Amino acid sequence: MARIIVVTSGKGGVGKTTSSAAIGLGLALKGNKVVLIDFDIGLRNLDLIMGCERRVVYDFVNVINGEATLNQALIKDKRVSSLSILPASQTRDKDALNKENVGKVLEDLGKLYDYIICDSPAGIEAGAMMALYYADEAIVTTNPEVSSVRDSDRILGMLASRSRRAELGLDPIKEHLLLTRYSPKRVEEGEMLSVEDVEDILSIPLLGVIPESQAVLKASNAGEPVILDTESDAGKAYQDVVDRLLGETVDFRFLVAEKKGIFSRMFGG
Amino acid sequence: MALLDYFTRKKEKQVTTASKAKERLQIIVAHERNSRNKQPDYLPQLTEDILQVLRKYIKVSDESFSINLDKKDGDLNVLELNIELHDEHSTD
Repeated sequence: MARIIVVTSGKGGVGKTTSSAAIGLGLALKGNKVVLIDFDIGLRNLDLIMGCERRVVYDFVNVINGEATLNQALIKDKRVSSLSILPASQTRDKDALNKENVGKVLEDLGKLYDYIICDSPAGIEAGAMMALYYADEAIVTTNPEVSSVRDSDRILGMLASRSRRAELGLDPIKEHLLLTRYSPKRVEEGEMLSVEDVEDILSIPLLGVIPESQAVLKASNAGEPVILDTESDAGKAYQDVVDRLLGETVDFRFLVAEKKGIFSRMFGG
Repeated sequence: MALLDYFTRKKEKQVTTASKAKERLQIIVAHERNSRNKQPDYLPQLTEDILQVLRKYIKVSDESFSINLDKKDGDLNVLELNIELHDEHSTD
């Protein structure tokens, strides 16, 4: 059975799509068959972050309406052949998705792939509910900032009550905390919630901490998921996340600010 | 100047904005969790009673029955019963 993982957050702009792209590509690079699904109907962006926006012909809603087969709609990644992307529709409205037709598509994909990564839209409306409904695991993407943490907690409530697993009384969705845009320096200065603070409040296991990094914008600009930038701290942090998802124990990195040298401390800098 | 700052810097911790954020979040999150988990005390008994009444007339297994009290926006509460009916409606 494929592992269905939803990347969710409640709040927008915290890095769901960036994380979906990086983690999906990372899992595929490790030899897994992975499909990335963009659930943000009407506002698709996963294709841009993955760099395949010019290759979109059919989309998720076409498949649901029977206007295209899964094979026609899936875009094979040019870098890793075991990775495919199912783009969201740009024009149709969100009501196109429902539990039955999404369930059918996921069931079909489950026969072909090891991992199904569902990139959720922001909010707690129908689209976000659809993205999390069938999930086995959830990566709750959170910024160390009050509104993001609160919204993440809200989403945790949804995962526990509105998912298929909750409705059927199965084992609950396995929750993972992914802290993004983390700035150790600001944490040390008391200006930002620390990893421990956010863990305390949300009380779910930590999957990864992605430092605030210039590499992320550069990666989006180029349509190359940031995990491919193996020199960057964000790329390395996402690689750790992938390894942890695959069951490895990896120490957390990038949690402390780089120490300034004695000269810059004395002379300001 | 940086050198001077280094030596004169006060060591005692002030209340940082991060600790304020944490405190505020802990309060609001606890409050919101409380309100979303709050099931009235009478719900288990109500469930039992409804099941008993239903079973006078139809076969209902525990799995085909669910009860939910949902808080909708505002002051509206919705009591939702879900009963799956099977083909044979008769009691024996």
